[in-house]
Amino acid sequence: MNLAYRDIRHNLGRFGLTCFGLSLLLGVVLSMIGIYRGLVVDALTLARTPGVDVWVVESGTRGPFAEASRIPGDTREAIARLQGVDAAGSVTYQSVETLHAGRKLRVYIVGYEPGRPGGPDRLAAGRPIGRSHYEMVADKRAGLALNDRVALGRDTFTVVGITDGQVSSGGDPVIYITLPDSQKLQFELAPPAARREVARGSGPGSTDTVNAVLARVSPHASPERVAEAARRWKHLSTMTQAGQETILTRSVVERARKQIGLFTAILLVVSAVIIALIIYTMTMDKLREIATLKLIGAPDRTIIGLIVQQALGMGVIGFGFGALLITTVKDYFPRRVVLQPEDGLALAVVVLLVCVASSALGVRLALKIDPATALGG
Amino acid sequence: MSSPGDTRALVDVRNVSKHFGAGDTRVDALRDVSLEVHPGQVVALLGPSGSGKTTLLNVIGCILEPSSGWVSLDGDVVYDGRWLRSDLRKLRLEKVGFIFQFHNLLPFLDSTDNVAVVLNLAGVESGESKRRAIELLDYLEVGHRKNAMPAKLSGGEAQRVAIARALANRPRIILADEPTAALDSQRAGIVMDLLRKVAVEQEAAILAVTHDEKIFDRFDHIFHLRDGRLDTADSEPGTH
Repeated sequence: MNLAYRDIRHNLGRFGLTCFGLSLLLGVVLSMIGIYRGLVVDALTLARTPGVDVWVVESGTRGPFAEASRIPGDTREAIARLQGVDAAGSVTYQSVETLHAGRKLRVYIVGYEPGRPGGPDRLAAGRPIGRSHYEMVADKRAGLALNDRVALGRDTFTVVGITDGQVSSGGDPVIYITLPDSQKLQFELAPPAARREVARGSGPGSTDTVNAVLARVSPHASPERVAEAARRWKHLSTMTQAGQETILTRSVVERARKQIGLFTAILLVVSAVIIALIIYTMTMDKLREIATLKLIGAPDRTIIGLIVQQALGMGVIGFGFGALLITTVKDYFPRRVVLQPEDGLALAVVVLLVCVASSALGVRLALKIDPATALGG
Repeated sequence: MSSPGDTRALVDVRNVSKHFGAGDTRVDALRDVSLEVHPGQVVALLGPSGSGKTTLLNVIGCILEPSSGWVSLDGDVVYDGRWLRSDLRKLRLEKVGFIFQFHNLLPFLDSTDNVAVVLNLAGVESGESKRRAIELLDYLEVGHRKNAMPAKLSGGEAQRVAIARALANRPRIILADEPTAALDSQRAGIVMDLLRKVAVEQEAAILAVTHDEKIFDRFDHIFHLRDGRLDTADSEPGTH
């Protein structure tokens, strides 16, 4: 006869409500872990999508994501000529806020050269950019549909392709346009400013500037050697893909990552305290029953089993429902939530350990109950 | 009265004392108490509040260790200046049945399982324990309520289920704490008749703490406790 199960069945409503509350709490913990993972994935998405080995940026900077970087547009030809480089492409990156269909649309624009590294790796719908101007590939999260027309700067672009999961480290959806369009958008002065520059005699200035050049190295060549070779130009800095990813995770999203990590840890501690309190209260509610059980001869293992089994049951149900809840709603979060099986498993183990540890408080109380308290009124 | 080693009495308590505290705060709850309860006897323990009734019940139930004395239960010497057995809970499970003032049924088990749980604790297989539990409920004329939860039982029914639980392991010693206090006189009479039936048919010794005057005439003996001492003259029933 399983006393824990019988007690739960008897107080099913209360136990269910307790489990529901716990599942919400554990769901929040799981979502925080998912947001934490999502932050890292988001940060790395832009760097990984081109599938390159070497990043060439402005000398003395760690661009293009951690710091601003501007290099001449012809750098790509020089890099492409280096021994071991299979392909190279120029890219620009910039955040833009525009209006579309009466709502604010904040996006991250990537300018690239179609046919060269830097563009989207795969499309969920539509086609790649085929014309040299005024076409764009947008991510699903931007809420745009194929053939939508979006104003960027002084030009209007048509959505020809849709990507899935392309966001910046800040969570903004990515829009790909051609490099000339992006250069115009980023570097071309507004007409009044351009007229003022011309009046000053300094001219409108060149827009043939890019933020970085990406190089794909042949499988037989060493990315480090290519990076070393490119560094001989004094106006350039280089880093390998691994170096770029390290900068992104250790620098760009480090604070946010730490903040979420700390918050997750605090939530875990809060969960542990709440679980302990629930189990302690559940034990307090059964003082007379436990005293009676002890008086009629129930061994300690029966009493401990009653408390620990209920604690574990609460943990399993709470975690299971919490995980189900978050898995169901994760796609409705404004930012990416990445639920990895190993994280879920680790949290499940932590929850079970917390339940067992927390039940120690209840067990201690139960074992101290004097069986004589069952006697008398 | 038997001497130490004489096992005819099911409950044999000799010169048991129990004190709490020390020095100025010392309280002598029991002083040289000796009593015997034999098979088939239903005896009462009377006394004003603080006289030591519950302390004595706890000592006989192996819940409270005496300060000195000698205690034998069902022929098994359990205390002789110290507990002689380490598994007192197992001893209670095997030898002693408890009946409480407010039945103390486990609220999450139905009548059958409230009885069967004691058999389960003693290692009886689940199916067999349920069969025996239902037999006991029938014996105590509450079999028709075998599937009812304690909250749905009347006071008399609940107390009969509690008696069935106390009898489940066929203990030969039943300790009852105010078993009829929560019942009206008719139901109290039924419960006492049942206890009498158990004592006679199962050759059990029943020791009840009670203040319930309406059932005094149902006891074979009445022991009076005053200030921790047992009055030397046992009362016969009906003299109160």
